[in-house]
Amino acid sequence: MTTTEIFKKLPFSAPYLFVDELLYVNEKGASGTYTFKADLDFFKGHFKDLPVVPGAILIETMAQIGGASVSIYLSSLDENKNENQVSVATSYNVEFFKPVYPNDKITVVSEIVYFRFGKLKTKVVMTNERDEKVCEGVIAGILAKQSNL
Amino acid sequence: MKLKEVIKPYSQNPEALENISATTDFTNDLKINSANLVDVFLDVEEAFEIELENSSLEKIANVYDAIDVIELKLQEKNQA
Repeated sequence: MTTTEIFKKLPFSAPYLFVDELLYVNEKGASGTYTFKADLDFFKGHFKDLPVVPGAILIETMAQIGGASVSIYLSSLDENKNENQVSVATSYNVEFFKPVYPNDKITVVSEIVYFRFGKLKTKVVMTNERDEKVCEGVIAGILAKQSNL
Repeated sequence: MKLKEVIKPYSQNPEALENISATTDFTNDLKINSANLVDVFLDVEEAFEIELENSSLEKIANVYDAIDVIELKLQEKNQA
């Protein structure tokens, strides 16, 4: 499965897609980039006079690039996969180091800790264009039947 | 009980854990969600030095089921 195919299968769209490009997705992990354009709606309110990307959005970006893409790739390898399965986040444990400002481009790199019994656990790091670590943590998700959601 | 120690960090219901029995259900009694249940089974694998398959997971709903699967896997290991 190519990164273009995986990108198309991501179950998100604007204004909640935080992936511009997937650099690679394989059985070890994934990497991709996103630029937080200055016109994104949340910048108006977070904070009132100081636009920075909310931590919750940074986590979501880590999960979309580093988790969801890997989950789509791994599911595509499974011959017995159920087409109606989606990957839902089940835990985040993330620390923040640097703020992300309007028009900053970030890169996310994830490494699979394990993929067992439908659960994917990944170690994820986000860096900015100055190669500074923005945030880092462990993100997990599980394949769930859409009918159970 | 070795299994109880494995379950302990994941149980959301201390009372059910304290009164654990064969019929204690992982989801309904111990309130462990499906994602954490995976971690319970990964810890079971480590604690008992066995390997579980996807099909084992589907069979396990309560403590009795878990012990059943663990004992079967331990038997298989000893025969090998």
